Amino acid sequence: METIIQIHQLSKRFPVGNGEFTALNEVNLTFDKGEFTGLVGPSGSGKTTLLNIIGSLDAPSSGEVTVLGQSIAHLTHAQSAQLRNRHLGFIFQTYNLFPVYTVFENVEFALLLQHLPAAERRKAVMEALEWVGLTDKAQSRPAQLSGGESQRVAIARAMVKKPAIVLADEPTANLDSKNSHHILQTMLRLNQELQTTFLFATHDEKVMSYLRRIISLEDGRVVKDERIAAHSFIKSNS
Amino acid sequence: MIAIQLALKNILGAGWRSLLNIAVLSLAFVIILWHNGTIDGWNQQARKDTQEWEIGGGQLWHSAYDPLDPLSIQDAHAPLSADMTRLAGQGQLAPILAVQASAFPQGRMQGVLLKGIDPEQKVLKIPTEILQKNPDGALIGKRMAQALKLKTGDALLVRWRDSQGAFDALELNIAGIFDCNVPSIDAGQIWLPIERLQTMMNLPGEATLMVAASGFRPAETSPWVFQSEDVLLADLNTIIQSKKGSGAVLYGLLMIIALLAIFDTQVLSIFRRQREIGTYIALGMTRRQVIGIFTVEGSVYSILAIVLGALYGGPFLWYLAKYGWAMPTGGQDMGISISDRIYPVYGTGLVLGTIILVVIAATVVSFLPARKIARLNPTDAIKGKIQ
Repeated sequence: METIIQIHQLSKRFPVGNGEFTALNEVNLTFDKGEFTGLVGPSGSGKTTLLNIIGSLDAPSSGEVTVLGQSIAHLTHAQSAQLRNRHLGFIFQTYNLFPVYTVFENVEFALLLQHLPAAERRKAVMEALEWVGLTDKAQSRPAQLSGGESQRVAIARAMVKKPAIVLADEPTANLDSKNSHHILQTMLRLNQELQTTFLFATHDEKVMSYLRRIISLEDGRVVKDERIAAHSFIKSNS
Repeated sequence: MIAIQLALKNILGAGWRSLLNIAVLSLAFVIILWHNGTIDGWNQQARKDTQEWEIGGGQLWHSAYDPLDPLSIQDAHAPLSADMTRLAGQGQLAPILAVQASAFPQGRMQGVLLKGIDPEQKVLKIPTEILQKNPDGALIGKRMAQALKLKTGDALLVRWRDSQGAFDALELNIAGIFDCNVPSIDAGQIWLPIERLQTMMNLPGEATLMVAASGFRPAETSPWVFQSEDVLLADLNTIIQSKKGSGAVLYGLLMIIALLAIFDTQVLSIFRRQREIGTYIALGMTRRQVIGIFTVEGSVYSILAIVLGALYGGPFLWYLAKYGWAMPTGGQDMGISISDRIYPVYGTGLVLGTIILVVIAATVVSFLPARKIARLNPTDAIKGKIQ
């Protein structure tokens, strides 16, 4: 398998008062193309910090993180913005949709930054909305959507540019069980169809039941890294 | 382009708050145009009237003449050269003889200036043809008539000292009253045929000053000194500049209110929209691009304000330009050339200058708070943590 993320001796420290808080401590990991992996652990274990560094939203204090061949620590603002825009998709716990835009415009946003022609953008947006089953809501505003629908829009926004990696931070934390399963099945399908790597930060049992690799973090260290055989419901869906 | 599209969406999405900002800024825009247009209209009218009624294309003054020093007038006269007489005959120059005198309306005494002018002159708009029909009469302006309570046909006793210093007196018949917007040829002045005044003063063929026809630049020969239009209009320019300055305070305050509203909105936006800012960055925008969005929002505010201002202010300003608006007469009493109605003039420079001012000012006040975005931590911003 093709390795797309390499993490070597990664540490991240935050200043707290007069001292420092170590969020990640000498983490070593690699991720291959097409993984459906979760970073699990209690609050403060460092999973979101790790996700942010992989997403080039934050920089390591020490160690090396290489995403798609690019060293995160050495990227300029413009280069990291380019990496996020072209190759990374983000899904947040609170959806983070733009309230004044329609569903269509929210999904279209990433493509606007790529300066794609309008016709191409429209085709891609409608395709992404079809993946998540929201073509009928294209002209709705986020305020008119349920939590599940909002998160599906966020998935469509992350997937519309067909990124290599999607980083999802607690994507089901604000959803009920039915909606959680719905969006997880959607993401799993996209993972299989498009070979997109999904990385989750989660402590939701429902999410864990879909993962094929679970990396447990505790106090900023990797304490367990296990690969799981496909579950029966995944087999039936695939 | 993306920044403009996004800014427009954000502004429209903000609803009433945006509308209020746009409305206040548009009001400032319209008032700046109205005020400056009015001043420019007054300036143009005052310059035109002053040129037509008083200064023509410039004046040749006797070197001793100082209109601000009444004592200088007594000795400020000289004979016209043959060349000047010829030019006067051709309508290129209008000689004027000025003499200090006293008038006695209703038994009171009042200082006046007797001014002799050729009744056939065409250089100035003063209706001297009345003096052609009434060579023994005198012509006064509307303000002078009101001040002395005179009307056409009334008699007015005047007393003067001739060139030899001898006092003389005469009862003048008011042959006509003219109406003009230039107080300096009206208030305290009585116009007579120049030859008659020369006879009264025993100064045949002499004048105090000569008004040149528009576009004619007479040669300077001693003792005559040419005063250009710019020199003669210097006082008016000073008044206009002073009025523009005081007006700038008014609309400056209005602009400050409007810009404060935009500044306040932007500060609040950056505070409230941190999650949105973080999401912009996560989706691949650089901080500079995000600052650009917020800055462009200010520019878009100003453009929408200009559009709104054009919608309601356009007809209002057009109406004023076409029909004018009445001015109080107080200004004329203070010696300022001011018409009964002022017709504002909105030149291209004024309109473009005002648009540029409003756009730049709104952009700058949007940029100032937007600089904070450069210091935001995107991971905290995504979570909506206040920074």
